[in-house]
Amino acid sequence: MTVNYPILTTITFFPLVGVAVILMINKEKVNVIRWTAAITAAINLVLSIPLYFAFNGKSASMQFVETHKWIPALGASYHVGIDGISLFLVLLTTFLTVLSIMASWSIEKRVKEYMISFLLLEVAMIGVFCALDMLLFYLFWEAMLVPMFLLIGVWGGPRRIYAAVKFFLYTMAGSVLMLAAIITLYYHHFQISHKLTFDLLSLMSTPITGKLSLFLFLAFALAFAIKVPMFPFHTWLPDAHVEAPTAGSVILAGVLLKMGTYGFVRFCMPFFPFAVSKFAPIFLSLAVIGIIYGALVAMVQDDIKKLVAYSSVSHLGTCMLGIFALNAQSVAGGMMQMINHGLSTGALFLLVGMIYDRRHTRLIKEYGGIAKVMPIYATFFMIATFSSIGLPGLNGFIGEFLALLGAFQTYPFFAILGATATVFSACYMLWLYKRVFFHEVTVSANKKLKDLNLREIAIMVMIVIPMFWIGLYPKPLLSKMEPSINLFIAQAKAAQVRKVAHEEKLPKALQVALKGEISEKGEM
Amino acid sequence: MLTSICAVIGFPLLGATINGLFGWKIKRKAHWVAVPAIALSAIFALRLFSQVLAGHTFVGDLYPWLVIGKLHVPIGFQLDQLSVFMITTVTFVATWIHIYSIGYMDHEPPMGYARYFCYLNMFVTFMLVLCLANNYVLMFVGWEGVGLCSYLLIGYWYEKASAANAGMKAFVVNRIGDFGFMIGLFLIYKFVGSLQFNDVFAHAHEITPAMATIITLLLFTGATGKSAQIPLYVWLPDAMEGPTPVSSLIHAATMVTAGVYMVSRSHALFNLAPLSMEVVATVGAATAFFAATMALVNNDLKRVLAYSTVSQLGYMFIGVGVGVYAAGIFHLMTHAFFKGLMFLTAGSVMHALHGELDMQKMGGLLKKMPITAITFIVGATAIAGIPPLAGFWSKDEILAGAFVHGHKVIWFVGTFTAFLTAFYMFRLIFLTFFGEPRDEHIHEIAHESPPVMTIPLIVLAIGSALVGFAAILPHGGVAGFLNHVLASGHHVAEAAEEGGGVEHMLMIISVIAGFAGVGLAASMYLKGVPNPKTLGSTFKPIYTLLYHKYYVDELYFFLFVNPLVGGSRQVLWKFVDVVLIDGTVNGVAKVCGWIGSGLRYIQTGVIAHYAIGILGGAVILYWLRLLFG
Repeated sequence: MTVNYPILTTITFFPLVGVAVILMINKEKVNVIRWTAAITAAINLVLSIPLYFAFNGKSASMQFVETHKWIPALGASYHVGIDGISLFLVLLTTFLTVLSIMASWSIEKRVKEYMISFLLLEVAMIGVFCALDMLLFYLFWEAMLVPMFLLIGVWGGPRRIYAAVKFFLYTMAGSVLMLAAIITLYYHHFQISHKLTFDLLSLMSTPITGKLSLFLFLAFALAFAIKVPMFPFHTWLPDAHVEAPTAGSVILAGVLLKMGTYGFVRFCMPFFPFAVSKFAPIFLSLAVIGIIYGALVAMVQDDIKKLVAYSSVSHLGTCMLGIFALNAQSVAGGMMQMINHGLSTGALFLLVGMIYDRRHTRLIKEYGGIAKVMPIYATFFMIATFSSIGLPGLNGFIGEFLALLGAFQTYPFFAILGATATVFSACYMLWLYKRVFFHEVTVSANKKLKDLNLREIAIMVMIVIPMFWIGLYPKPLLSKMEPSINLFIAQAKAAQVRKVAHEEKLPKALQVALKGEISEKGEM
Repeated sequence: MLTSICAVIGFPLLGATINGLFGWKIKRKAHWVAVPAIALSAIFALRLFSQVLAGHTFVGDLYPWLVIGKLHVPIGFQLDQLSVFMITTVTFVATWIHIYSIGYMDHEPPMGYARYFCYLNMFVTFMLVLCLANNYVLMFVGWEGVGLCSYLLIGYWYEKASAANAGMKAFVVNRIGDFGFMIGLFLIYKFVGSLQFNDVFAHAHEITPAMATIITLLLFTGATGKSAQIPLYVWLPDAMEGPTPVSSLIHAATMVTAGVYMVSRSHALFNLAPLSMEVVATVGAATAFFAATMALVNNDLKRVLAYSTVSQLGYMFIGVGVGVYAAGIFHLMTHAFFKGLMFLTAGSVMHALHGELDMQKMGGLLKKMPITAITFIVGATAIAGIPPLAGFWSKDEILAGAFVHGHKVIWFVGTFTAFLTAFYMFRLIFLTFFGEPRDEHIHEIAHESPPVMTIPLIVLAIGSALVGFAAILPHGGVAGFLNHVLASGHHVAEAAEEGGGVEHMLMIISVIAGFAGVGLAASMYLKGVPNPKTLGSTFKPIYTLLYHKYYVDELYFFLFVNPLVGGSRQVLWKFVDVVLIDGTVNGVAKVCGWIGSGLRYIQTGVIAHYAIGILGGAVILYWLRLLFG
């Protein structure tokens, strides 16, 4: 299957069509608006599917590339493309957006503005994963903040303003440093090559001297670490999740957090291999602290949503552990964990939202015995729970196991600590499940709860299917990722593989990356 | 053969799927799906057994699963003497337990009924995957999968707090073991570069003995969780909250023996690590004894059987630990029959008495429910090691193996435990089925169970009586069959051949131990000499200690659970997160606010003030330049 139209641009900007249509609809007609948004997102999902089939899984280079002049004076261009790493994140985004919009039927306030924000958010998210120009990337990165800020701040819970501002400032603090780093990188490249460009691939081939690379790495890393979030930059997350509306939480956990990990993989680590070798122990430690800390704090939460939020800290820690361990299994595990966390935590947030719509409380002690009154709901929650705690056969296991297995090969100590998450995750999730679903129904308001309706069942079926699919047959994903992962590893630890490059024939893109590292060595 | 293997696994999977998806519609007819599914599976398993018997074995992949870099883990199966022995036992016992369940669960609401059979089929599926996998990761799928079903079935009556807690406890405790198991797998991959059984065992000798010891100990950690050995046995007694057929199938006959199977399957690694073998045997012996003592004083019908299971699993680990793997697996099989049977009979008693489990309230049930009573006695005689019933053969092989290989202390503990086993089992029989009824009301309602329940009892009783003879079949019996896999290149087998004369003596000693136990129980609980009540009060501290299960649960809570939960809440969350990190974050915001509101006062709007400010600034800059310039 080949694609001969600008597919990435199409799926990035198609939601704007929906925005335009919604703008023309009378704001009283909430159902029309809802369906317009849902259909727009669904069409976009369909449009994104050819990406998977047309993607050449044997190649590590960027595919579906489009380049157009944008601001020639600055050397900024509209340059987009995806590889095996971003491919699945784009698909995850279009997929979760559909589910999130379908899960937003309970939004009654300013439906029109809500749906517009959501579709704009989708544009920005896809843009972030496709951009291959640093300025373009930064633009989408910042653009994403605004609709998310609004989603939390307008449609959120009681403390929404605090949470929205906290989310915004936290992210901005990192972004500003990243902007400074991008500009430094830009000028650095200019000094050496006398060419003004924000192009990712050109910048990546520029050698960066030792000390400068450390600072730049840290600047990027801070921005991304906040987004992941890594301990100790995580405290915006529980607040944002608790206050955000359901769909906001789903997107926040499912996609926005992945931008942090994606940032490490796409920019931070391939740009600065020298810094990676220096700082790896620090980031591995933070990842492991996050894994354990997140799990333990999740265990003692009284609010279901907060519990799931802290579990994200733990899961993303596993992801970072895999990525920083830098071998094929660990990075693949980290990548899979990104997708799996999007599915399992996305599903959990959807489910929490469904019961919140009925009972308007998320306190665990308000529930109990729900399995009796809502058996279908309980079943889906059970599947999501076991997906989240990495039961073999479901998706969560694939990522967790590969990440830990890989990490163990290079950093056994960190991997052993990280593996404790398998015990803790069972503790917090099953304890939650027990308190919410088991025992007798004690609170009278729970006695006449209605089980899921068709729309809700459809949402859950849609998200459960990929859980089983990835758990039982992850090869389609793994094999398409593999070349990109190998390239990433080679870039991120360029110093160690340089010798190999001379002996074996490596893809061209890899040699370009390695050349930069070699000349760096010459300068030092 | 791959097709047959897929059929063996596929039928129960299909059954579980149908009941899972359409259970709301099938309701009370769920067993019409579940029972044929498992029966077909058993038939295919038997077919495979005959093929293996004829010398055909199979290793092959269904499809690639985890493939990245040089890691290659397929969904693939291995059919050899060991795995076929396991699946035949599992499917055979499971089929009868499924049938029994029709009668036992007939008071359940329709939805619950379908849910139950869905879980039961699902369990068998995972158990078969566990046994048939050709690599450690797929085995781990089955391993955790049976844990999932165990969790679901223990918590089947989830409205009961005790059941919900027990389910969770089982899963979490198992996860602790699995943590070790997983690290073991990581190490194997690191040193062998593969997780496929064939590769691992072929290259096992490349691993240094020290590393082999670490790996095997980690694998054994997983086994202590799944197979309820010290220190992770605590979940199994609580697991009795589940429906009794579940206790029979999962928590006696099959799942809990997975650890024994895994150790036997990994014998090529364990053989490299004598220290680990020593640990396995010692833990097994300690658990066998320790659990038996707790069974001595318990009055709960099912809990006695649960402790007995823990104890018998200990025997199996003695077997594999001293290197007579085949004996361990043989005991696994005989135990599946007699302990599965005894749980089902206990279930039959419960069913008749509307859930009553306290033996002190029973008595004299022999006349009311003769089939149940007699089949139970057959099972108890088998476990007590009375010849020629099944337990005699397998237990004897284990103890003889221990003695011949120089583990005299373990042999002694094992033999003494055999005495305890006979005692507590017959104590149970005499309290339940003999003597005068101690509760008139309970005696009134007692009745024999319907044929759908008693026929499985009879079948398993016949099995308990006869399967032991498999030991003396031609070609070395069970051991000869299993040793195609288990004794490859191992010295143990020959060693066992030598001690012929000693073996007879050992056999006589263990039979005496069994009879002594029965005799003491008869004297105490039929004749009252010595009187159990006065004995209990004379040795009150010991009795209390045993009755409270050595306070191990309380100890674990005190040492691990409470500090972890309390520490997480008070220190990590309330202090680190809220005070330290968020305090800093909000502090920064506050300081910014203060600075801003402080600086606000210099924004007076009066031009003259600004002019003075500019002048002052210029002067300061000039001074600075003079000073440092």
